[in-house]
Amino acid sequence: MTTTLTVNGKPHQVDLPDDVPLLWVLRDSIGLTGTKYGCGVAACGACTVHIDGQAVRSCQVTLSDVEGEITTIEGLGTPDAMAAIQTAWADHQVAQCGYCQSGQIMQASALLAENPAPSDTEIDEAMRGNLCRCGTYPRIRAAIHSAADLIRKA
Amino acid sequence: MSRIGTIARRTFLIGSAAIVGGVAFGVYKYRQPAANPLTAGKGEAALNPFVFIDQQGVTLIAPRAEMGQGVRTTWAALIAEELDVELGDVRVLHGPPAKAYYNSALMGEALPNKGYDISDFQHSIAEILGGAAKFMDMQVTGGSSSMRDGFERMRMAGATARETLKQAAAGRLGIERSALKTKAGQVVAPDGTTIAYTDLAETAAQIDPPDVTLRDPADWRILGHNQPRVDMTGKVTGTAQFGIDTRLEGMKFATLRINPKLGGGMASYDASEAEKMPGVEQVIDLDNGIAVVASNTWLAIQAAEAVKIIWHEAPYPPDTDGIFARIGEAFETKPNSTMRDDGDADTIPEGATPIEAAYQVPFLAHATMEPMNATAHFTGDALQVWCGNQAPTFTQKACAEAAGLDRDAVQVHTTYLGGGFGRRGELDFSVYATKVAMAMPGTPVQTTWSREEDMRHDFYRPGALARFRGAVKDGKAVLMDGQIAAPSTAQQAMGRWLGLPAGGPDKAHVDGAFNQPYAIANFRIRGYLADLDVPIGFWRSVGASYNGFFHDTFLDEMAHAAGRDPLDFRLELMAEEHAPSAGTLEAVREMSGWTGKTPDGVGRGVGFTYCFGTPVAQVIEVVEEAGGIRINKAWIACDMGLALDPGTIEAQMIGGMIYGLSAACFGEITFATGEVEQYNFPDYDALRMHNTPITQVRVLETNRHMGGAGEPGTPPAMPALGNALFDLTGKRARELPLSKAFDLLV
Repeated sequence: MTTTLTVNGKPHQVDLPDDVPLLWVLRDSIGLTGTKYGCGVAACGACTVHIDGQAVRSCQVTLSDVEGEITTIEGLGTPDAMAAIQTAWADHQVAQCGYCQSGQIMQASALLAENPAPSDTEIDEAMRGNLCRCGTYPRIRAAIHSAADLIRKA
Repeated sequence: MSRIGTIARRTFLIGSAAIVGGVAFGVYKYRQPAANPLTAGKGEAALNPFVFIDQQGVTLIAPRAEMGQGVRTTWAALIAEELDVELGDVRVLHGPPAKAYYNSALMGEALPNKGYDISDFQHSIAEILGGAAKFMDMQVTGGSSSMRDGFERMRMAGATARETLKQAAAGRLGIERSALKTKAGQVVAPDGTTIAYTDLAETAAQIDPPDVTLRDPADWRILGHNQPRVDMTGKVTGTAQFGIDTRLEGMKFATLRINPKLGGGMASYDASEAEKMPGVEQVIDLDNGIAVVASNTWLAIQAAEAVKIIWHEAPYPPDTDGIFARIGEAFETKPNSTMRDDGDADTIPEGATPIEAAYQVPFLAHATMEPMNATAHFTGDALQVWCGNQAPTFTQKACAEAAGLDRDAVQVHTTYLGGGFGRRGELDFSVYATKVAMAMPGTPVQTTWSREEDMRHDFYRPGALARFRGAVKDGKAVLMDGQIAAPSTAQQAMGRWLGLPAGGPDKAHVDGAFNQPYAIANFRIRGYLADLDVPIGFWRSVGASYNGFFHDTFLDEMAHAAGRDPLDFRLELMAEEHAPSAGTLEAVREMSGWTGKTPDGVGRGVGFTYCFGTPVAQVIEVVEEAGGIRINKAWIACDMGLALDPGTIEAQMIGGMIYGLSAACFGEITFATGEVEQYNFPDYDALRMHNTPITQVRVLETNRHMGGAGEPGTPPAMPALGNALFDLTGKRARELPLSKAFDLLV
């Protein structure tokens, strides 16, 4: 069946069964590969996107369940025009392998939208669902604090 | 063919006779450059295989897998330092698989010395011996070897390129080369005239490169300083391309299901339901499993689960207990190695107090964030493969064999790796993708494993057992006698890579134990190899990942038996043996404010491991809280000899420690009915933001030779945590994971 999704402000028509998770619609049909597959069971956070600004695990949202506008990492900023949070990530040289970072950034970005100056404990609570096997957590935490400053000063 | 070559072909083991016999001739012969794998197009001057300059700009080749360790940046920095280009202005590519990109340092690591006591003579032998890697196509990223491997060759490549470009400019300007300077991709004449490298490229191609000398490190602008990583922008904007992100015109999406009884075949399967499911194009028989090709990866995964399959049994004992019983049987066999045998380890010295302990650690999965995958396009007489891999030449060879093609007909495109940790040095995911593509000629197909398939079909860090006995007298260790049993990772992995019988003493199996820099008068380490067909492979720090825990935990037990402070006890034994190692212990003592005493509810432990050329000491602090025991703080000191990028080294040390702590706390692969019992992250968790310690790192540079960064941070984390838990609870951790015996914060 044909479904229309709004992703990063643009409409996309997809022809897939309605139980296909949003993750695989984005990656394999629309071609937005910045959103990553890590576990498929909402245990790692690599597939995190925003629906109407809320961070969700796109591996758990089926095509028929999508209501609202989707933002992926590609919609947050681009290499030539990075969002403040991406600048903070680059300033702190956060990424190692980088595979989980799209999800980390989307999760952190939703946190900052809700809480412009999170404490370490609040960061821990918001980010504990996002796994990083390279162990970049200390730099992620520092980058979130920096991003909060950058956004406040903007 | 020289003696080294002959011996290297016969078996992977390289003995000292081959070193002596091969040096004089070997230096000359092996240093001959391999054929340039990069054919220069019109208007390009391929100065050597690592530097490209054309009208568009400068491209550096960093033929090592970028799996997060920053190798692409630091490798390029080695070239850029001498070439005088800015990292932000050049392109850095991985390049095709080729013999010219062999890893010389990895072979040097195979020498039967302890490492820390290596002389300058042995060091140069190791470098020369590295030439043997060229004959075995060892283009491998592993063994924490990239910087040691590239350090001389890459700077030389940059310097040669620079001087050749200057020669080209000298000819054009009618000035001596020595009067010219270079800066930011340009040759600068004394009168201020500048000529861009790009404009000199064609002329430079006609000039024989002059001899060059390398710059004094005191003049370095790039090396030794933190560099912004060349992969960072891509990785924070979702535009960096991992293997799983490969997208080709007309591409299909596949997944596979392989026999979970590892190594067993497939008796039969029924795909009639799966074939009717939406989006499914084809179900492919892979002999030991099936693959489903569909229009979407998720649809392929659903269909693969719907295939009914009858599996053959696994070739190893069906459950964990049986597997460990088999490992234990190795103790009854002749030792494979006695890599250290100082003094008389059979006799307890008179008046000394004996002590004994046995240890056990589990099998571990790599669990890279990016599940295994590869994309292949087979057109009958040619094959292209896209994947993140740590061994492109072996990948090319294995895929060519699977496709029945000559190696020249196979192109391997190495993407970014969403984690490697050793897993992506394996060839299985590329070969499966090749087989899938062969069933779909003319159509590119991406074969992605589900997380469950990835977790249950790893080449695991082997489970291992240890028996240690020792003796203390007058507050000192006077005897240490360790026996270590596990199946041989090196023999299995090398067999898969080279198809060669690996024989002789397995150094990696006892690494992290036999080569620890302690002056213990009676000191013996024996390795025993278990005959076990569970698939095992290189896992971040290899043998040191278990020996670090065994050896250092036992030292801690000896310290307590001797009534000594565990840090002082280690330091005293180390001070005369290896000053840089002692320096790391002194550093963590100072950084952590170590007093040997902790308040109630707080525990501290120290751990130390020397491996891959780098001594690393860690102090870990744990605190008792309502939710469980939390790892609160950590202090790490390492001595790199030379720190080419301190920021990247800091990241590797912290990341390596977290990888080790994750394994120590929660990591365990178990077996039942021949199958791995863990499926996904909920069964195989790791540290996360809230239970990761706040960590300080100090990078020292007193060691005589440059060490590796990617792996040495992992081993000491495990004993340091166990020792901290002992300090907190009085209960000694002799088995991992620690979550079995301790109430850890999850």
